[in-house]
Amino acid sequence: MIQENIKIIIQPSKGWQPINWRELWQYRDLFYFLVWRDIKTRYAQSVLGIGWAVIQPIFSMIVFTIVFGKLARINSDGVPYAIFSYTALVPWTYFSGALSGSSSSLLSASGMMTKVYFPRLVIPISPVMSKLVDFTIAFIILLGMMAYFGFYPTMQIIYLPLLILLMMLTASGMGMWLTAMSIQYRDIKYAMGFFVQLMMYGAPVVYPASNVPEQFRLLYGCFPMAGVIEGFRSILLQTNPIPWDLIGVGSIVAMVLFISGAFYFRRMEQYFSDVA
Amino acid sequence: MSDIAIKVENLSKRYRIGLKEETKDTFVGAMGSILKSPLSNLKRLKKLTQFSNDNQDHDDIIWALKDVSFEVKRGEVIGIIGANGAGKSTLLKILAQITHPTSGRVELNGRVASLLEVGTGFHPELTGRENIYLNGTILGMTKKEIDRKLDEIIDFSGVEKFIDTPVKRYSSGMRVRLAFSVAAHLDPEILLIDEVLAVGDLEFQKKCLGKINEVSKRGRTVIFVSHNLAAIKNLCPKVIFLDRGKIIKFSNVNVAIRDYLALDKNESDNNFNDTKKGHVALNQILTIKNIYYLNNKREHVDYIVSGEKMYFDILFNIDQKLKSLDDVLFEIRIKDGIKEKLFTLSTYLTNSNYNNLMNDSSVLCEVNNFSIAPGEYHIDIICSVGKDYSDYLIDCKKINVVDGNYHNSGKKYENILYGPLLIEHNWLKE
Repeated sequence: MIQENIKIIIQPSKGWQPINWRELWQYRDLFYFLVWRDIKTRYAQSVLGIGWAVIQPIFSMIVFTIVFGKLARINSDGVPYAIFSYTALVPWTYFSGALSGSSSSLLSASGMMTKVYFPRLVIPISPVMSKLVDFTIAFIILLGMMAYFGFYPTMQIIYLPLLILLMMLTASGMGMWLTAMSIQYRDIKYAMGFFVQLMMYGAPVVYPASNVPEQFRLLYGCFPMAGVIEGFRSILLQTNPIPWDLIGVGSIVAMVLFISGAFYFRRMEQYFSDVA
Repeated sequence: MSDIAIKVENLSKRYRIGLKEETKDTFVGAMGSILKSPLSNLKRLKKLTQFSNDNQDHDDIIWALKDVSFEVKRGEVIGIIGANGAGKSTLLKILAQITHPTSGRVELNGRVASLLEVGTGFHPELTGRENIYLNGTILGMTKKEIDRKLDEIIDFSGVEKFIDTPVKRYSSGMRVRLAFSVAAHLDPEILLIDEVLAVGDLEFQKKCLGKINEVSKRGRTVIFVSHNLAAIKNLCPKVIFLDRGKIIKFSNVNVAIRDYLALDKNESDNNFNDTKKGHVALNQILTIKNIYYLNNKREHVDYIVSGEKMYFDILFNIDQKLKSLDDVLFEIRIKDGIKEKLFTLSTYLTNSNYNNLMNDSSVLCEVNNFSIAPGEYHIDIICSVGKDYSDYLIDCKKINVVDGNYHNSGKKYENILYGPLLIEHNWLKE
């Protein structure tokens, strides 16, 4: 059994709760199996299976290349529009998937929550982890496309894990906020679909960040995905120097989102099984 | 190490129930409230996590538990009984840390596992083996622990042939067996069990009861919630009897069950009336008012001792316009806990239909030897006058039968094991 500490005290919890790291560590096997269940069952009984992980960004790329690249002739920082948009779509697809998964996670796990105790924090975090599998596959396709278009990674690629961490942090921070709120307000559930879609235009997915007026650049960077996506382009396609300003602002916002999200989640945790 | 396993002090839990919605009865009012509804919805939903101290929304709140205190020693098996809504499940959920108390304090000494449902977190797309791991970790086991017990779990479940088949292809029985097998291999110091036995067939229930028995014999502390009084009686020497969020009794099982049944009786003591469910009114020349159980001394009792002489006393009214009735048939149909017919006591079968019955009187049916195993039973009462049914009451009252040393051997007769009927018998030597 997990609880090695022999004494458990149950009391009404008031106000802000610290995160019980020790307990989270004790439940690491559960976390592992939840992530693994997510991966294993996501494309169960489908013909294309894991192929779905690349179909979404590739089809978006095709449509964007036609609509924004050819028809609207949006500036793509001097690289072919196809790879310009696909490089952004890889992190963006991850982010939107992880965020939707995370924000709906508590509602879909409510059956489990009302029947057994475990640290609830593992629920919104596990989709953030499991979507990394899709991300990896889409990223491998990206490497193939880079080779086709003649882009080769430089030493700068060592910064990439930092950006990946940043997008995970953002997805889990927002996810914790939204999923804790969705228990009480189902509006979140209905809003998430188009909200995520609209958010895409707040990040430099179909256009380059260089199109944003200079005086709004830092404000623009407050959405951490702006820094992530521009960073991906700059590291892999060498469009611009690494946008440390965007990444810096984004990191601060992401940290704030993550920490406040975790605390808000812990605070609302006591109501989950009663209100869900 | 202290020998107190569970210590509960002044535990209370408040719930907000059915948030009321006001309805407007004019069209304009209705349109207005639609426009205003997001605002009022917000206020309403906000309240879900807020409790104000004023009494303004008093009727919205119920106290599922109020000032509950008790102590359980290490190795004790405690049953919790009470009517629906008495707070049994709430208490269990607080002990299991699923829901938080509103006030009070609980101290648990030892590792806790709760079994409020079998198969929590089972995923239909995963195989049996994979679900063992998933369900096991949800219940609090580590992967290593499951690795070690895997063969045992698969063995116990009896589905080894399909262990690598997705669970969605299992029959529901197989799924329950697999899930229970995982739960049975938890090895906590304190085990909390809710009405999980209610699901599954009798064989499964027997297996569960056997396992609980085994766990308790190993010196584990068990808290067991059930409506199945026979199971409670078999497993739990001590019982907590809850009613409306308060502990009415924490005592020896027999005393607590007696009190519980007495409460049940008070509520069912009111005469039957037309609104009562199961009361099928027919020509209503004669209506049955109530039925009482009498013991061999013809005293009113709440329960019947298995194998003893007893009487059914049926009270009835006759249509005021009629002086007396002839050729009146009475039948009492005894059914078991799941409402399968067991037998019928009938004036027709014994050629003893009544004549000359007056208004507001009663008839008595004597049973020499009530050879029914301990447990809970239901009865139907049927009455006809001449050729027409006059009154027909379905499941109108419960009968609680307690053990009574029928075989004069001092051995307990377990309903769940031996079946509901007692037959007098002797074993001969050559």
